[in-house]
Amino acid sequence: MKNYLKATTFLIAAALAAPLAAQQAGGRLDIVVQPEPPGLVLGLVQNGPTQLVAGDIYESLLRYDTDLKPMPGLAKSWEISDDGLTYTFKLQEGVKWHDGEAFSADDVVFSADVFLRETHARLRASLAHVESITAPDPLTVVFQLKQPFGPFINAFETGTMPIMPKHIYEGTDFANNPANAKPIGTGPFKFDEWVKGSHIHLVKNEDYYVDGLPYLDEVYYRVIPDAAARAVAFETGEVSVLPGGSVENWDIPRLAKMDGVCVTEKGWEFFAPHAWMWLNNREGPTSNQKFRQAVMYAMDREFMKDVVWNGFGKVATGPVSSRTNYYSDDVTMYNHDPEKAKALLAEMGYDGEPVRILPLPYGETWQRWAEAVRQNLSEVGINVEIDSTDVAGWNEKTSQWDYDMAFTYLYQYGDPALGVSRNYTADRIKKGSPWNNVEGYENPELDKKWAAAAVMVTPEERAAAYAEIQKEIVDDVPVAWMQELTFPTIYRCDVKDLVTTGIGVNDGPRNTWIEK
Amino acid sequence: MSIIVAILSRAGKAILTLLAIAILNFFLLHAAPGDPAVVLAGEAGAADEQMIEQLRERFGLDQPLYVQLGKYVGGIVQLDLGYSFRQGAPVAQLIAERLPATLLLTLTAFFISLILGIALGASASARVGKPSDTVLTTLALLFYATPLYWLALMAVLVFSVWLGWLPGFGYETVGAGYTGFARMLDIGQHLVLPALTLGLFFMAVYMRMTRASMLEVAQLDFVKTAKAKGLSPREIRRRHILRNAILPVVTLAGLQAGQLVGGAVLTETVFAWPGIGRLMFESLAARDYNTILGVFLVSAAMVILFNIATDIVYRIVDPRIGARA
Repeated sequence: MKNYLKATTFLIAAALAAPLAAQQAGGRLDIVVQPEPPGLVLGLVQNGPTQLVAGDIYESLLRYDTDLKPMPGLAKSWEISDDGLTYTFKLQEGVKWHDGEAFSADDVVFSADVFLRETHARLRASLAHVESITAPDPLTVVFQLKQPFGPFINAFETGTMPIMPKHIYEGTDFANNPANAKPIGTGPFKFDEWVKGSHIHLVKNEDYYVDGLPYLDEVYYRVIPDAAARAVAFETGEVSVLPGGSVENWDIPRLAKMDGVCVTEKGWEFFAPHAWMWLNNREGPTSNQKFRQAVMYAMDREFMKDVVWNGFGKVATGPVSSRTNYYSDDVTMYNHDPEKAKALLAEMGYDGEPVRILPLPYGETWQRWAEAVRQNLSEVGINVEIDSTDVAGWNEKTSQWDYDMAFTYLYQYGDPALGVSRNYTADRIKKGSPWNNVEGYENPELDKKWAAAAVMVTPEERAAAYAEIQKEIVDDVPVAWMQELTFPTIYRCDVKDLVTTGIGVNDGPRNTWIEK
Repeated sequence: MSIIVAILSRAGKAILTLLAIAILNFFLLHAAPGDPAVVLAGEAGAADEQMIEQLRERFGLDQPLYVQLGKYVGGIVQLDLGYSFRQGAPVAQLIAERLPATLLLTLTAFFISLILGIALGASASARVGKPSDTVLTTLALLFYATPLYWLALMAVLVFSVWLGWLPGFGYETVGAGYTGFARMLDIGQHLVLPALTLGLFFMAVYMRMTRASMLEVAQLDFVKTAKAKGLSPREIRRRHILRNAILPVVTLAGLQAGQLVGGAVLTETVFAWPGIGRLMFESLAARDYNTILGVFLVSAAMVILFNIATDIVYRIVDPRIGARA
């Protein structure tokens, strides 16, 4: 009651003081970036920290809301022909590059057809469906597809198709262009300075083509290498935003309880990070389907979510995240059932052969997660050894298939054809890369279904096809699906409109304003 | 004259040692699992063979190991530390950017620990067995035994979070735009906690060593002679005991000085100090070969340099050493 009164009084006071919560211009925002990005030219480097910082500098044709619905970006409108083959984009007028040159459709054609085709592995896969990219006039771009490819509408996100300046890069060696030291984009913020090991400074783009945006004068991305120090930096007010994953999970409840601190799990919908353990389908106990099912039943994944992840996230039901399009929950549910697991192990005649678990070397949380799995598995009689290494060693071991069970997580990019099928079809079994079918799962019938579902024209057809695939693959347990991860963003509540899109803080500062 | 000859011969050996270190490091690094192309591609969250091949080619990793080694050593002898493909900049530039911050931190810590350590050690030895001696030695033991990172975190918690007296991390106030004296003051404030944290351990070591060594020397005959000829106890301690007792401290200081470049990884990490230790650590995690090799080489050069410097200091403190050599 007392709290209620306090809250009402506060609301009334707030209402009297500021009858209209109009966005206020000005101010500076300090955001943690961790680890320090290797570079800021988004067309060349697409790792998480680079996307976080460069998402303010570069833009793509579209943006996506938290339901993954496209919104205008550099394109003010777009149209997909009924046969799903022609994507026509009308571009914004009066857009300028940060160096003052005019932006036009030629930049888009150059970026997609020349620059990114050479440098961007993930986009290259989508561009394989594209017949031609043309600019009939300076404000129109047309993508002509070879066959319908529904997920193509998700390819126009900043990190997926960052538009690069043609006048700077045409005819040069992109990776070694001296201009890479000062990235030039069309975005709401311009690059000012990068003090290595300390911070990256962006300043307001006064010529931004959306009137009134951005509100902030400047953004500082602060490099603070120690997780505990990042928490302290937030507590002392040195930084106002901790993007997802900046602090260890057990620090989140403490920080969230502080006065004037807000937490949101939104802003990861486009990526929908999905965590699982690869189970080596080629050899050892994990090559037996019954063993893999036993692993699923043996694990108390709800408990792991609550304890290891402090309750953030959601237990995964299968290969597709519930935040990704075409998710279906009509699948076998693997609840915690040690007896069933023991029965399956007895049925297959498991002889106690030890299995190695390779945790992801991304900090304490992942180490503890592996320990929780070991605990659960040993309860049903599976012998487990934890095999720890660093990031480079993890990459090496997984891409050379030297593991029994290995933790990983991957982004889904809004569509199963972009972020899911790549982990399960036989044509994606290739040594030397940890982002494909590393587990070695082979199911020719499902391969055909994955391929067909990607190129169906209507969303209804696709939904039905993916539902069928999910139902079948979940019984095979090619990998042990663990959890839909969420990385909560922690920020001071006077920072408004920080997370408004499906990529969260990556393009957040565009609309952010600070209440004074 | 003998000093110059000694230095020249040491310098010759030093260059050979450095080359050997470079080659050894090269093989050690390449023996570690993983390579920079896979790490870089891995961070992108998606990669195909074409991407990995492109990266390997760009990094020069597609060539046989002996060719890579040849190129690297060829570069070093021309004082070219190579190029960091990950960061898109020459290694020498990356190191030069970070070196001042590290030297500021480690040199401050070095002098704090040396001066305070010797002073406190000397004063403790003069009051041996008294309460003040007990307090000092206990404190020294505590600092000696406490892990550095814990001390660092506690210092931040107390002085930065609770008391709000000092900034908890960083090199200077970001975006404040200070210049001149204001900037020096600002950096100075940021320097206090990391320099103290880093310095306390060595201060404790120097203190204990000075104290023990002085007590030992105080038993020797020439001290009795000095007493007998009527010198004041103060004079005896300063001119006779301390000067004879300081050699082991100099040895240890030489060792600490060798770590001036690479020895502050933990402190730099906890305090977000933009120094070279972090550059080394992060490059190692990313298998950024050229950068790590560059940092290792610079560190090795520092160690050798300070070893030579220590030898010279020996001769100054104790002229007998040069005469015997």
